[in-house]
Amino acid sequence: MDNDIMIKIEDVTYEYNSIGEEGQLRAIRNLSIDVKRGEFLVILGHNGSGKSTLAKLMNGLLIPTKGDIYVMGMNTKDENKIWNIREKAGMVFQNPDNQIVATIVEEDVAFGPENQGIPPAEIRKRVDEALRIVEMTEYKRHAPHLLSGGQKQRVAIAGILAMNPDCIIFDEPTAMLDPTGRIEVMNTIKKLNKVEEKTIVLITHYMDEAVEADRILVMEQGEIVMAGTPREIFKQVKKVKELGLDVPQVTELVYELRKEGIDIQEDILTVEELVRLL
Amino acid sequence: MLKDITIGQYFPGDTIIHKLDPRIKIIIIALFITSLFFINTFFPYVFILIFILLAIRLSKVPVKIVLKGLKPLFFIIFITFAINVFMTKGEVLFQIGPLTVTKEGISQAVFMALRLIFLITGTSLLTLTTSPISLTDGIEKLLSPFKKIGLPAHELAMMMTIALRFIPTLLEETDKIMKAQMARGADFESGNILNRAKNLVPLLVPLFINAFRRADELATAMEARCYRGGDNRTRLNELKLKRHDIIALVSTTFFFAFIISIRYIW
Amino acid sequence: MIIKLNNLNYIYNSGNPFEKKALDNVNLEIKEGDFIGLIGHTGSGKSTMVQHLNGLMKPTTGQIIVDGIDITQKDANLKEVRQKVGLVFQYPEHQLFEETIYKDIAFGPKNLGLSDEEIHIRVKNSMELVGLDFEYLKDRSPFELSGGQKRRVAIAGVIAMKPKVLVLDEPTAGLDPRGRDEILGEIQKLYEKEGITIVLVSHSMEDVAKLVNRIVVMHRGRVAMDDETREVFKRAEELEKLGLGVPQITRFMKHFKEKGNDIRDDILTVEEAKEEILSYLRRRKNA
Repeated sequence: MDNDIMIKIEDVTYEYNSIGEEGQLRAIRNLSIDVKRGEFLVILGHNGSGKSTLAKLMNGLLIPTKGDIYVMGMNTKDENKIWNIREKAGMVFQNPDNQIVATIVEEDVAFGPENQGIPPAEIRKRVDEALRIVEMTEYKRHAPHLLSGGQKQRVAIAGILAMNPDCIIFDEPTAMLDPTGRIEVMNTIKKLNKVEEKTIVLITHYMDEAVEADRILVMEQGEIVMAGTPREIFKQVKKVKELGLDVPQVTELVYELRKEGIDIQEDILTVEELVRLL
Repeated sequence: MLKDITIGQYFPGDTIIHKLDPRIKIIIIALFITSLFFINTFFPYVFILIFILLAIRLSKVPVKIVLKGLKPLFFIIFITFAINVFMTKGEVLFQIGPLTVTKEGISQAVFMALRLIFLITGTSLLTLTTSPISLTDGIEKLLSPFKKIGLPAHELAMMMTIALRFIPTLLEETDKIMKAQMARGADFESGNILNRAKNLVPLLVPLFINAFRRADELATAMEARCYRGGDNRTRLNELKLKRHDIIALVSTTFFFAFIISIRYIW
Repeated sequence: MIIKLNNLNYIYNSGNPFEKKALDNVNLEIKEGDFIGLIGHTGSGKSTMVQHLNGLMKPTTGQIIVDGIDITQKDANLKEVRQKVGLVFQYPEHQLFEETIYKDIAFGPKNLGLSDEEIHIRVKNSMELVGLDFEYLKDRSPFELSGGQKRRVAIAGVIAMKPKVLVLDEPTAGLDPRGRDEILGEIQKLYEKEGITIVLVSHSMEDVAKLVNRIVVMHRGRVAMDDETREVFKRAEELEKLGLGVPQITRFMKHFKEKGNDIRDDILTVEEAKEEILSYLRRRKNA
């Protein structure tokens, strides 16, 4: 198995039964993706495009109807490997409240390693380290319900970090946060990728978060419809908008100006770039 | 509104009482309660009173806060007192209408009321000095020998932890839903009992639906964090008996044995 | 119809060590025909203030006048106030409770004691206003719907009260761009076609810039700014100091101007920016 591949998704289809609907619904159709070790991959798509299902398939919370998914070479269908898979590919969810188990921050961070059966002294080390990385050390004895949304989400991230994963899958981690919380969480995610060298799969519908990625996959009806770097994706303003997504306002401005016959470079993402160019 | 209710009235501290192993504390309280029920004269109450005052002193919890625990149960204490005053037969002291007050009645009433007061202060001292999380740890450990006969000790403790974790969240949610329905003209405050119960439907239905959704998401998140029941699980803070725990257990056992024996010696 | 807040103060846990001033001498006037964007970061007092507008919270001191009546008085008819001032909370889909969409939307009008006929008309109208197909959906369970549609049912439930002022607390939270645009489009329609005065609480400067004609900025329980949209977004530096910002396009135009280009810096939308830049480039060419 290729060592540079973190998660390999091979021709996967996922079907499910929905109440009140006839027959099977397809959330994922014949999908193949390689998540490379160390990369920051964003999966972009509107609600109902299948992106959350894909996230749950990646660490064996769901099992493909057809095809195979390998996490560091381990097939998610292999019941003996399932706990190893979840250790290697941790997952952070959307609602910060509904993933915190304990009544004290550090007890919650310890929950994962406790389940792994790690000795107490080692758990203590991991908990302290995880809280340091997400910058929540000073809150370690606090009750989670008194924290802000962004802080809760960072605690949830620490809880995954303490399990020592190689890859972390984020399923819309900022959808329920205010702008401050979103910035906190995005900075933490970038730090995990750049400093801690974790492979990141970020599932989102916010384009401003996708701008930071190494690579973007755009999903629609369970399929990948666009793939490329942020510049390659967002310059296709019309197509992105048709998929129910946003592009940065400056990118849209460039697109509009080009339509009027103004000749400027089309793959602009930030204010500073455009100021320099015009 | 509802957010102001505090549950799990833990009073943080760093005293010897706080530091005692929760298992030891639970056993001591069990011994304490048992001995209370063996006491049949006023005299041993002196020892109980000294024991409680000493414990409060050592725990540095203000007496006022300990006594606050009595407040919600004041009514029950009062009823117990009244029933005993009026229902005990014996030497009649005076009469109020159809009710007679006897000497034995007063003595019995005071005796029962004191028993209740001691019972409540003792147990609230336990919850005041033990954080909910170590309390559940203690219960889990104490119950674990019964796992062999099918008692789900770990699951019970996990349920308690999750309940404690989500009580504030659900209270906040209740507050929010209540206000949202009031904004649509709902009335939770007036009407007779039947109407009021009916008016709760717009509050309770969303609350339950949301609780189920939360439970579902939490279960998924726990699975993603490798939770697979209590087997082979380790703990961040393992409970270990220390010297002072043993001393406390042994000395209090002697103490309560003495109190229980009073009944048979005197 | 006017709402006036006079010297409003609200103190949490009054008289205990955790005392916190959530509203600090707030004075505000909401006029008929206003489309207000209420902005401020979490904990600035927005939500607390909004809950005072229909009497869900009582101020510690101060006066709230709704339609000429002081609603802080003991004998104030709060039901009437809540009919006039509709309030849509954050994630309103979490308060749906009835078996059918029709019944859920009818909950408010029923509480107002209206006739079945009137209720029927109101449910139908409000469903149409938020873009829900009445015949197809009325007898369905609200819980079968998608997130965005559930939210519309909840909003319709407030619109069915026929409020004169509609307050929406982050109505687009958690929605994807398409869902967001649809809901915002419907809110704009309510304002333009139905003449409902709107207060929109939002974290998105882009959304606010596109829609509202007046912005109220809250900071630490006080009203920090209160002016026309363009005027407020001209004060980008002040906004940033308060932990807020301006739309990306506004920021771009400002930077571009600072580089010595003679253009307007009070641009709010991409469309406006395009026009301004095109005309600027033409001017530059001709000069």
